[in-house]
Amino acid sequence: MRALTDGTVTGLAILATLIVVAPLIAIFVYLIYMGASSLNLDFFTQIPKPVGESGGGMANAIVGSAILLALASLIGVPIGIGAGIFLAEFGRGSKLANGIRFTADVLNGVPSIVMGLAAYALIVSEQKHFSAFAGGIALGFMMIPTVCRTSEEMLLMVPNVIREAALGLGVPNWRSVLSITVKTASPGIITGCMLAFARVAGETAPLIFTALGNQFWSTSLNEPIAALPLQIYVYALSPYDDWHRLAWAGSLVLIVLIVLAVSLVRFVASRGVLKGAS
Amino acid sequence: MVNVHVPEIHLSQAQFQPEPDSPKGKKVAEPLVVSVSAERTFLLSRGNSAFADRLFAWLMLLCGLSIFAIVALIAFELVLRSQLTLHKFGLAFFYEAFTDPDTHLQMFWDPVNEQFSARPFIYGTLVSSFLALLMAVPLAVGLAVFLTEMCPRMLRGPLAFLTELLAAIPSVIYGLWAVFVLVPLMREHVNPFLIKVLGWTTLFNDENPTGLGYLTAGVILAIMILPIISSLTREVMTTVPHSQREAVLALGATRWEMIRMGVLRNARIGIVGAVILGLGRALGETMAVAMVIGATPEIHRSILSNGSSMATVIANEYAEAVSEMHLSALTEIGLALFVVTIIVNALAQVLIWAVTRGTPAQAH
Repeated sequence: MRALTDGTVTGLAILATLIVVAPLIAIFVYLIYMGASSLNLDFFTQIPKPVGESGGGMANAIVGSAILLALASLIGVPIGIGAGIFLAEFGRGSKLANGIRFTADVLNGVPSIVMGLAAYALIVSEQKHFSAFAGGIALGFMMIPTVCRTSEEMLLMVPNVIREAALGLGVPNWRSVLSITVKTASPGIITGCMLAFARVAGETAPLIFTALGNQFWSTSLNEPIAALPLQIYVYALSPYDDWHRLAWAGSLVLIVLIVLAVSLVRFVASRGVLKGAS
Repeated sequence: MVNVHVPEIHLSQAQFQPEPDSPKGKKVAEPLVVSVSAERTFLLSRGNSAFADRLFAWLMLLCGLSIFAIVALIAFELVLRSQLTLHKFGLAFFYEAFTDPDTHLQMFWDPVNEQFSARPFIYGTLVSSFLALLMAVPLAVGLAVFLTEMCPRMLRGPLAFLTELLAAIPSVIYGLWAVFVLVPLMREHVNPFLIKVLGWTTLFNDENPTGLGYLTAGVILAIMILPIISSLTREVMTTVPHSQREAVLALGATRWEMIRMGVLRNARIGIVGAVILGLGRALGETMAVAMVIGATPEIHRSILSNGSSMATVIANEYAEAVSEMHLSALTEIGLALFVVTIIVNALAQVLIWAVTRGTPAQAH
């Protein structure tokens, strides 16, 4: 009887694993099939055609996404790493650091649409128009907690001996942190940043009412700008087959970007974060 | 100006002399160094770096505090922008229904007459999240048990990587897949089957033949929150010491009894934390749900009906809302979502910390 229960549970666990893996494989296979069959050079070089004309691409959305992400990284990466340095180097074990760590974890779970609302209230409703700038800020804020927590974890892995050696040579603390500790942990920190980057690259919700989207070329920070996930959303809900194809192609591009980032993170993490630099 | 460079010169010299020679002797030999005494440069560099150090520490502290600032900023802006409805409806905003003046039907959301109630959205969020948890939790725990306790070592890496990938797929791609694959599947096969078999419970009826609705949203949510719950459960389960497992096995337990008594019982608080964290994600998930829930501000008993959730109504209406009242009502829903997710996440963090506290941070 007990052996039977044991066998049943083992079977159930295997079944659960299969059920979990099935949709994942279904999503990937379908995505690659649909995406690859609609992806062509036009996708990367053309802007969307008006309804009714076939062809066209998402060049403006790709450039728009790049601009938004650059802006987000400009905000999120330095502040995030700074906060990580504070947690790992200055505030270790203090109440303040614990509070910051806790808040960062909680902020990580705040829905992205709420970030969008905050960016709207902060920038769009003051300026009275949608802008790329507002979208970039929303994404940047979302990057901070992720970058902060991964940087902290990577910095904590740097052995104390290295810090002591630097300080023992009379190096000022700030230089020791920046050119010794951070440099040693840099492969880990960079992959952490890439992880945050990959996460916000696919974010749509905070962009709907900040960056808004744009059917034409626009690179101005002060105007509505197109973004890849936003375009996918609009096209997926449209009734046109041509647009559906573009949505699939866009998804494939996005997912390839993200899978690359995640695999890189895993690769670096598995080989021991600190090997590369020290 | 010269002072700024002094510590660097000093440093590079110090690094070149690991030998026990006295550094003073070498410095005299080098004509390039400024002629002041070594003690003087040393002291200068000290004074200099004390200031730089303090500045650096303050700067890093500022970065750390910015996280508090962001949370405060979000809360402040959301409260500020939802003043109109906060004053007009008060708490009744979250539960009250009203009747339409023309049709005398029960209404919840009427931007034209500026009557707003969040009830259908709260209902939609709760129903879809509950359905998602119902499907995801057993699967996630099963997966975690399989990966930590049963899986051959060879499969463990790839499977863990796959679930990690599942967590990295953007919401909008889940939505796209759901619109073209899941919705037709639900419409053609799953929903008719449920109506035929379980129709008598009145939870399933055929008023809505589109395949959209609470249940479809629940399924896609379940797929999306599975990896989070499963990877955290795994993390918690790996912190259970091996001695616990060995002790139970030594008493003659089968593998399942070992998992139940040795692992799950010790890790249960952390597992609850993981589930709550998954709930937090489900509550705030926007795009995929917006694409499949149907987007109607109504309340239905049948889980196959169209509905709307808190996050999706914001996504659908905010960019097009014109009246101040409408914007304010949507912002207030956002505020409620913010407060609820903060509470849920804080709770989950506390529970997970309670279990993983003693172990190093690099557990995952």
